Amino acid sequence: MQRPNRREPVVDVALPGDAVLVSGPVERARALRRLRVRDAAFRHLTRLAAGAVLAILGGIVVALVQGAWPAFSRFGFDFLITESWNPVTEKFGAIAPIYGTVVTSFIAMVVAVPVGLFIALFLTELCPRWLRRPIGIAIELLAGIPSIIYGIWGLFVFAPFLQQYVQPVIIDLFGGVPLLSTLFAGPPYGIGLLTAGLILAIMILPFITSISRDVFDAVPSVLKEAAYGIGCTTWEVMWHVVLPYARVGVIGGVMLGLGRALGETMAVTFVIGNAHRIAGSIFAPGTTISATIANEFTEAVGDLYTSALIALGLILFVITFVVLALARYLLMRLNARVGG
Amino acid sequence: MALYHVRRRRNRIALGLAVAATGFGLAWLIIILGVLLWEGLSGLSLAVFTRMTPPPGSAGGLLNPIVGSLILTFLAILIGTPIGILAGTYMAEYGRYSRLTSVVRFINDILLSAPSIVIGLFVYEVMVARMGHFSGWAGAAALAVIVIPVVVRTTEDMLTLVPDTLREAAASIGLPRSLMITKVAYRAARAGMITGVLLAIARISGETAPLLFTALNNQFWSVDMNGPIASLPVVIFQFALSPYHDWQRLAWTGALIITMAVLALSILARLLAAQRRAS
Repeated sequence: MQRPNRREPVVDVALPGDAVLVSGPVERARALRRLRVRDAAFRHLTRLAAGAVLAILGGIVVALVQGAWPAFSRFGFDFLITESWNPVTEKFGAIAPIYGTVVTSFIAMVVAVPVGLFIALFLTELCPRWLRRPIGIAIELLAGIPSIIYGIWGLFVFAPFLQQYVQPVIIDLFGGVPLLSTLFAGPPYGIGLLTAGLILAIMILPFITSISRDVFDAVPSVLKEAAYGIGCTTWEVMWHVVLPYARVGVIGGVMLGLGRALGETMAVTFVIGNAHRIAGSIFAPGTTISATIANEFTEAVGDLYTSALIALGLILFVITFVVLALARYLLMRLNARVGG
Repeated sequence: MALYHVRRRRNRIALGLAVAATGFGLAWLIIILGVLLWEGLSGLSLAVFTRMTPPPGSAGGLLNPIVGSLILTFLAILIGTPIGILAGTYMAEYGRYSRLTSVVRFINDILLSAPSIVIGLFVYEVMVARMGHFSGWAGAAALAVIVIPVVVRTTEDMLTLVPDTLREAAASIGLPRSLMITKVAYRAARAGMITGVLLAIARISGETAPLLFTALNNQFWSVDMNGPIASLPVVIFQFALSPYHDWQRLAWTGALIITMAVLALSILARLLAAQRRAS
């Protein structure tokens, strides 16, 4: 009985004196208040950070519009349809870079979309299971290579290769054919719209492949099995069942790739040739919006020149924003369907 | 019977094309990495890491751009990661079904693939033009703007994957929400969130366009963040386009260093993500 019960002390400590009884709730209230303040602070902090994401986008728009204003107020709508780009006489027009951006991206899409879809077909339908992950990762590593690497490789390896072995053959081949002879008119520079477009194609291939693979994988097996069950070939299952089902997602992935291609800077800057003119031939040097900015911005003398370059940036931002927003909208709708 | 043959032939052609396309895609990876190793390894030596960028025609290394890149990347991560994690936390924890979250998610996805050169222009307008000079801080800010969307995206995704039962258990012992998030949810999603940061590092360490007119470049040793600072990608850009052979060699070596670093980071991130999935 003398020995104190080991469970008792807790009660014993709480009992003697009123000190604990009085200070307990006070301490407790203080601690709770501190927690409540910290809780609210943390919540507001996170909300602030979420708002910061919106603020960044708003900031980009405001800063670009502000910077582009002198050029737009000086040239007006003509800025969008003028070809001349002359820093000396301060006459600037955006149509040549816009043309280059559109053409290079178009070439990239023409090459990358079918190849990407076929790779996705291989990965989902043909590839042995154990090979799927390694090949998928390898293709995605292409997306991890920094764009400047594509640029330096394109300039020193790919462009000379095209100049020596590919372009002369094509020029000879189509020399007598009307229309095509203009499209593939020489001389073979190596650098130019086609080279830039092909490098862009390699760069956006992983985006198209990985999204297509994911949406192909999301096609219910029942649908595919039913088609196989009535004797469809793999290709027919692909063409008549998988593709129609995955259409929205594939288009979303393609648009995402397009958004990348439109805004890509360094890889293009190396191999585009930076010539401010619109040429009929895709072998000719040209320029894109991003390449123009990258090449000329630090050397731009005078406010109007700088402003014209920022105006180009604004145009690029608007174009990519529309494309990317559309892509995200399509993918979001797809997710809603899969989720629901 | 003829129709049957046509269908079979068509199938075989399509499948052949699929195999060819995969080979085509993989070939580029091998060619690019092969050329990079071939051209870059020959110039790789200790001097690259210990000496400054040389004037044309003399020997030198890449010490100042390497250090510059490390500083810029570190600061960008330091600025961008907390903002990204907090924003992702709001979207996954507090406002999972709120309107703000869906708007932020949409805008964030667009920022994720916005042209990086436009971000460079934005930071130029906001910082460089106002301060009147190029600076390392502007470069770090531009990179931070690229870091934020990457981290927001992965943080939100990873926190959403944390089972609600964990949150309920934490709440049931009276844990305040902020502690529940920092002590329970963050811990459960840690691997994924680290993956996101690694991916962000991989993404910005090769970025050139946003640095061109923010951090600019510096031929000399400088760690002064208020002045122009050298970075590996910008030096590669400058050296590769120069007519000097030894500059071009250094550009290749720099390209090899960046690519290896970036690929190592993305493989590490993948391993981390795979480990989480397995456990």
